[in-house]
Amino acid sequence: MTEDVETVERVTGTGVPVRGNDIDTDQIIPARFLKVVTFDGLGQFVFQDVRFTDDDEPKDHPFNEDRFRDASILVVNANFGCGSSREHAPQALKRWGIDAIVGESFAEIFAGNCLALGVPTVTADQAEIEALQEFVDENPDAEIDVDVDDETVSYGDREIDATVDDAQRRALVEGVWDTTALMKSNAEAVAETAASLPYIEAGAGGDA
Amino acid sequence: MSEGTLYDKVWDRHKVTTLPTGQDQLFVGLHLVHEVTSPQAFGMLRERDMEVAYPERTHATVDHIVPTDDLDRPFEGAAEEMMSQLEENVREAGIEFSHPGTGDQGIVHVIGPEQGLTQPGMTVVCGDSHTSTHGAFGALAFGIGTSQIRDVLATGTVAMEKKDVRRVRVDGELGEGVEAKDVILEIIRRLGTDGGVGYVYEYAGEAIRNLDMEGRMSICNMSIEGGARAGYVEPDETTYEWLRETDAFEDDPERFEELKPYWESIASDDDAEYDDEVVIDGSALDPVVTWGTTPGQGVGIDDPIPAPEDLPEDKQDTARRAQEHMRVEPGETMAGYPIDVAFLGSCTNARLPDLRRAARVVAGREVHDDVRAMVVPGSQRVKAAAEREGLDEVFREAGFDWRGAGCSMCLGMNPDQLEGDEACASSSNRNFVGRQGSKEGRTVLMNPRMVAAAAIEGEVTDVRDLPETEVKA
Ligand code: SF4
Repeated sequence: MTEDVETVERVTGTGVPVRGNDIDTDQIIPARFLKVVTFDGLGQFVFQDVRFTDDDEPKDHPFNEDRFRDASILVVNANFGCGSSREHAPQALKRWGIDAIVGESFAEIFAGNCLALGVPTVTADQAEIEALQEFVDENPDAEIDVDVDDETVSYGDREIDATVDDAQRRALVEGVWDTTALMKSNAEAVAETAASLPYIEAGAGGDA
Repeated sequence: MSEGTLYDKVWDRHKVTTLPTGQDQLFVGLHLVHEVTSPQAFGMLRERDMEVAYPERTHATVDHIVPTDDLDRPFEGAAEEMMSQLEENVREAGIEFSHPGTGDQGIVHVIGPEQGLTQPGMTVVCGDSHTSTHGAFGALAFGIGTSQIRDVLATGTVAMEKKDVRRVRVDGELGEGVEAKDVILEIIRRLGTDGGVGYVYEYAGEAIRNLDMEGRMSICNMSIEGGARAGYVEPDETTYEWLRETDAFEDDPERFEELKPYWESIASDDDAEYDDEVVIDGSALDPVVTWGTTPGQGVGIDDPIPAPEDLPEDKQDTARRAQEHMRVEPGETMAGYPIDVAFLGSCTNARLPDLRRAARVVAGREVHDDVRAMVVPGSQRVKAAAEREGLDEVFREAGFDWRGAGCSMCLGMNPDQLEGDEACASSSNRNFVGRQGSKEGRTVLMNPRMVAAAAIEGEVTDVRDLPETEVKA
């Protein structure tokens, strides 16, 4: 079985701003949600402790606002996603509906985990990001276009220069970020390698 | 770049292709699965409508969350959900499962070897950092993350970058009372917890050769604490003798003879090239215990705890914080450090010979009044074998709690946890703050006989000062 590998050349959608530097993965998804058996339900718990009080009363947070509910592009500030390497953080964001993140900078492991999900992490300088956050605030229904290949972010009548890490850009644009699909397409070669190993009994093998 | 080492040979035999990302795609000979890291990966597979490609190369167990006293279902809280999820996943995929009802359940890194699943010249992966343990058999074994587990389930392969190989040669004969655990604690103390980053370790030399398989496993187990993703020992007669007795070959000596030439062929060549080599004089070692909150903060039992300012600059801060947490002073030795809990268990040191040696220290003595002491065998089989020899009686009579198999207090994900600022003499592998279930808890890592000695004396003790009693089977 082979599968078409998905490429991510651009992401288009409305935005949601989350302001502040050094937002760590504990804030994105608190540790107590790690004791779960699937990532499925994580979307609803994203930013849980900054969105809700201990008594489950909603606090002031963009992810609680109706006007941002359909947003797919998250706009953040510096060092977003620092702290624990938990893959649950990008999983929770993705499942909430985020398809791309634009920010001043990202923690390295977090960006890597995003890539494994096909979520681009695109950077631009502080002034541009702040302007974009303001725009999104005022125009929650306006479309934002993140062009991964061209390394630009367009909104309203503006186009700003952005940066996408080289390896990340190649992986997304050429569709090699999804190692599962990529390796699955080599199933025949895998079966051959397996068959060449003395400890694999003849006749055993996968669904090549 | 290394050449002609076991690492190079096994890598090449398993390499399918080089991916566009620059990584190599490797076939996985054995995929071990436990309840904590696998459910998300099975979920992702389901989401994409994919099936497990090589269920017959996959084996599951339950270890982290299992209670070690009462195995009645349902387990408490989230543990039950994780257990039933695993049951469903393995049933659907047709994966063999060493669950508690089989008598084969245990810590994943104990049951793989004891059932003969782990063999020389294999690639072994598991969503668990201590997968390096299986390297003791001359397998290439590494821990992987959740997305990689998904990859392995879906394709039978994993994407990896090749590392450098460092040969760690431990020469000489280990002294009386000095064990494999002391050797690895010393290696990590010398090279640092990040000293192995970018490397795979090949453990060699007379002291390593003379170790039994359990000792080799203790060493390979903690490769990860030294920063190396994997570590291995070349297979030899000791390895083959062990394998011969396992489920895999016990009734199939022909298969054993068929595979042996392959096992012999993957050993490192005499003129193999290494990227680095470190030599340690094994005969000069004393039992090593940790004084701090990383496995690299170890010290010989008679040696003074170092002053932070005498350490390399990047280690000073951690050392200061560690000494504050542990309440130890530079210049003191660890001998005499009061202990509240003794934990004999974990995938580092809870196999039959570990328990036997500890029992010889315990026999005829009593656990100190201020200490709660427990033995948690690494697997149900280890437990049963120990009971056949009467070791359970020896421990019980001395006042130890004799429990069921699992990870238990190694990480405190089940109900076995430290309370408050209790200090624990532990045969496990990690002394991080909070690791054993309490943020104020204090963990002192040591070999299993030293744990036994600490339990008896109520303080960290040089086991060489306690004469042993023969324990008759
Ligand atoms: S015994 Fe400890 S280190 Fe080993 S697998 Fe279990 S939790 Fe991990």
